[in-house]
Amino acid sequence: MLVLTCPYCGVAAEETELHAGGEAHLKRFGPGASDEDFTGYLFGRENPKGVHFERWLHANGCGKWFHAARCTATLELFGTYSAQLTEPPEPIRKAISAKRPGWRWREFS
Amino acid sequence: MSDIPASALNAARYAGYVTVAEMGPQGMITIRGNLRSTRFRKAVADATGLTCPKQRRIERKGDIALAWMSPDELMVMCPHADAPALAGAVMAALEGMHSLVQVMSDARAMFSISGADAREVLAKLAPVDLSPDAFGPGDLRRTRLAQIAAAFWMEDTEEFRLICFRSVAGYAYGVLTNAARPGGEVGYF
Repeated sequence: MLVLTCPYCGVAAEETELHAGGEAHLKRFGPGASDEDFTGYLFGRENPKGVHFERWLHANGCGKWFHAARCTATLELFGTYSAQLTEPPEPIRKAISAKRPGWRWREFS
Repeated sequence: MSDIPASALNAARYAGYVTVAEMGPQGMITIRGNLRSTRFRKAVADATGLTCPKQRRIERKGDIALAWMSPDELMVMCPHADAPALAGAVMAALEGMHSLVQVMSDARAMFSISGADAREVLAKLAPVDLSPDAFGPGDLRRTRLAQIAAAFWMEDTEEFRLICFRSVAGYAYGVLTNAARPGGEVGYF
């Protein structure tokens, strides 16, 4: 079972208190974008075995969205951070590097 | 139509090994704004006569309480009849600041869960660490109560208050009374 700490209310929330919101840090391609970019935005998703970045909603709680970095293979949590960030912050990247040296996820590493 | 406010369950009461009671009409005011702003916190404090609560805490003085609901939301609990006037006072105090003040009294139902084993009854229903070390008087938690969203806090060492939407008050009362049924004691805490 996943236990994620909500960065907004500080609660170590158990999975059933949360709602999964899919992959994090998607870049939106809207009107005027190429077909390839738009298709990628709509359908192109990572499906890693290992380090992954996701959006979560503290649905039965403070009602805020936040980001989480975790391992899909072990359910290990590397950290949670604000939904306002467009990329994983340095402390999160360091925490991941400490446990999964050489990790890569999309353009982040 | 009657002008007398009625609560969802008409102050239903159940005495199991813990007492569960619907508390009748309660005044509730939602306040939203930037809680990190000192000016905002001071304005709310002045209007309610209470200090602005810290994260996941509730402050009470007499029959008024101020609860932290999220990084941008507070809730005032007060007698049902006082809510409109108090909301007006808060609104006036927040004049010029980006904020929202709304009387939400009739949107929710409030329950009292009291007794020596009150912790246990809630621990059966919510994924929250309710050990005395982790959750004490003045602590508040918004969470899941069986299948519905709810918030509860501790008034004193043997009483919890719980709020949920009025539309699911019957469900909340059902799961609470079931968990409080004699014979269901666990004795964990």
